[in-house]
Amino acid sequence: MRPLAFLSICAGIGVGLMVLNPARVSASTDLYFGEAIFHAHTNEYFDAISRLDAELGQYYGLDEPGLDTLHFNIDSAQFSVGDFELYYRMHQRAGRAIKSVIEGNVEPAVRNEAIYRLAKILLQKNQPINALHAIEQIKGEIPDSVRDDAAYTRAVIYMTNGRPTDAVRILEGLQGSSTHGGFAAYNLGIALLQLGKDDDGITQLDRAGRTSGNDNGAASIRDKANLALGYKLLESGKPELAKQYLDRVRLNGPFSNRALLGSGWADVALKKYDRALVPWNILLKRNVTDRAVQEVMMGVPFAYGKLGLHGRAALLYGQALESYDKELGKLDTSIKSIQDGKFLEALAREELKKDRNWVVQLRDLPDTPETHYLISLMASHDFQESLQNYFDLEEIRKRLETWERDLVAYEDMIELRRKYYEPLLPEIEKQFQLLDSRMRLRIEQRDNLENKLQAMLIAPRPQFLATVPERIYGQRIALMERRTKHLPDDDAQRQRVERLRGALNWNLYTGYHERLTQAFKRLRELDGVVAELKQTYRSFVRTRQAASLSYEGYDSSLNTLRIKIGEARERVKSTMLRQGHMLEVMAINELDVRRKRIEGDQVKARFALAESYDRAQKAQTDAAFQAVAEQKAEQAKKVAEQAEKDAAAAEAAKQSEAAPKTTGQPAATDKPTGGATP
Amino acid sequence: MKRYFYILLAIALLSGANVAVHAEDVSKAQIKGLDEQVQDIKKDVLGISAELAQLEEKLLYPSNTQVSVFVSFAKKGGFRLDAMDIKLDGKEVAHHLYTAKELEALRNGGVQRIYTGNIRTGDHQLEVSFLGQSLTGDYRKNASFSISKGVKPKLVEIKVAGPGLGESIAVKEW
Repeated sequence: MRPLAFLSICAGIGVGLMVLNPARVSASTDLYFGEAIFHAHTNEYFDAISRLDAELGQYYGLDEPGLDTLHFNIDSAQFSVGDFELYYRMHQRAGRAIKSVIEGNVEPAVRNEAIYRLAKILLQKNQPINALHAIEQIKGEIPDSVRDDAAYTRAVIYMTNGRPTDAVRILEGLQGSSTHGGFAAYNLGIALLQLGKDDDGITQLDRAGRTSGNDNGAASIRDKANLALGYKLLESGKPELAKQYLDRVRLNGPFSNRALLGSGWADVALKKYDRALVPWNILLKRNVTDRAVQEVMMGVPFAYGKLGLHGRAALLYGQALESYDKELGKLDTSIKSIQDGKFLEALAREELKKDRNWVVQLRDLPDTPETHYLISLMASHDFQESLQNYFDLEEIRKRLETWERDLVAYEDMIELRRKYYEPLLPEIEKQFQLLDSRMRLRIEQRDNLENKLQAMLIAPRPQFLATVPERIYGQRIALMERRTKHLPDDDAQRQRVERLRGALNWNLYTGYHERLTQAFKRLRELDGVVAELKQTYRSFVRTRQAASLSYEGYDSSLNTLRIKIGEARERVKSTMLRQGHMLEVMAINELDVRRKRIEGDQVKARFALAESYDRAQKAQTDAAFQAVAEQKAEQAKKVAEQAEKDAAAAEAAKQSEAAPKTTGQPAATDKPTGGATP
Repeated sequence: MKRYFYILLAIALLSGANVAVHAEDVSKAQIKGLDEQVQDIKKDVLGISAELAQLEEKLLYPSNTQVSVFVSFAKKGGFRLDAMDIKLDGKEVAHHLYTAKELEALRNGGVQRIYTGNIRTGDHQLEVSFLGQSLTGDYRKNASFSISKGVKPKLVEIKVAGPGLGESIAVKEW
């Protein structure tokens, strides 16, 4: 049951990671959110989190967040930041972010989605009981986009917690799912086997092993199901049936070696040793570092032995021993290279990570360990997490190094700006103050004018709207009025002056409204000029401020940042050392386990070799004895035949002699013949 | 010999489970403890990154001169974008060749910040040209727009679309 349990959990976690999408919605309504999604899709999760964190911080700092463009996507943004953190293996923060959504005042569908995500995090962090508590909080509507994901996660959680009955119920409902159908079919089979319903489980795994689909994922599920089923049937003592399923596994897939091995054992169980040699001889030619290949190196001579070909078996056991010796040497060299730090050095090489098979490519580098032995370790969750942490720390180390260099560049830039602006600014400031006072005077004048005009709306003052010539005329008329004051009222000169006054006043009073309108119009025109002036003024103030801000007030933040970066670098350095050491220990332990297994195989191979020699020798001796015995029997047969012939001849002679003399002659048959005795 | 067969068979069966971690000397608690420390470092470094971003923005791109140009796809693009050129006031400010991952990011609603720089307040000429591949072959487009820079940071989004999906280059000022 152990292999089956392992396979089911593996499939569960695999899908768990597979269904996590960096972004669920289009972020076209907010550029910064869109930018974060862009970073996430290009696997730059640090930048994605950094961008989205800043955007969310800004959003929550707003007085009216409802007016912000992020408002329409705030739920998605919160989930996305959680997703990004999860991808960046910041499970604690991702969990907290999602918990805050759960505890917030949100719609049931949003809350349920958040719970499902939290449960998945807990499952991935190997906390199945907490994951179970979380997933059971889901009540009511689940968004369509995550409905199947949530159901599948729930089923995996039930299976991990030993509740296959509940898992079966859910997985049955997922059989038609376009995204999870294959995994659900496979895990349903495993869950039924866990329940002890072997027949149903076998039927279901058989179905999973025949699912349609040409992509790699579907083919892998088929292989996995057929392999699990094959081994299950082998365990149950049904080798003939087991072989059928094991032979369905692709010959070039990741499960092919174990399938070939199992197929051979099925033949052996059926005592068809010659047929077992067919899959095993294929396997024997494959990479010797694979455990299945190492096992088959003992299997093939075993089968030859069973066929009575002990000499051939002994030869192959000898070859196996040679191969084990060679592999042990490789393992020792690999352990040494890890101890010398070559493994970590190789892991940190950037060019390798661009290759999909970079783990395998590592072995081609000089002095690096034999990574084929580490492939299964490298596929394990703990190693992967530790390795990714190591990579993340390496990336952070480089980032911090760059930032430290940037700070130096910023300081240089600030110094240059200071040198440029400091001599210029005092003179500019002096000129600015002059202009500033002139501007204030003009604005004051304009304001007075407006006040007067406003007052004239209530109390008309036509004189105020006189033109310059009219004012001059008015002054001259007033002078003339003073001069003609003493003259009698009917004096022609005085009357003439009064007519002039009358004409002037007529013009002023009759044109008053038009003049007032004109005055307001011109005031508005003046306002336009004043607005332009104020804009130029503000622009100047901003530029002057920007000039001084471009080099002032950075010292403190630069120093603080330098200290923080320095401290972070130290922490990264020490944590990297510990993380690296942990990886080395894990790798060495793995190689050591493989070493011990090969040593065990070696002992068995020696015994088997000795036994085969004995059997071969015994067979040879037996054959020699048999040959001698056969020879002697042949000789005895010949002697007997000769004796018979002699006896017949003697009898014939006796009869011919007896014809004339019929009595007195002894019988010739009792006489031994010389030289025919063995 | 039958016993020997079963031993070998048991090894073969157990090999199915040998993917589990064998690092017995490295305990789960150690792995978890170190993982939590790494997470703490990430949290702190993200904090430093945010402070540094603020400082950089203030120092390098003050809001009154800041301009940022973004690229996004309209309706999943509908073609394969190979290269993008951006000119501001006749001067080339950005030239980008797209990787498969970046294209996938754009198709999934991602928005690429292609340029951040400084310009004076007032009107400016933005020239956009791109080269891509559509079902019918090379797909090359260019367009010119006038953008107006005010006191606030200027954000310009360039939306590109494939043949038959509307305007091939559209600009939105934020």
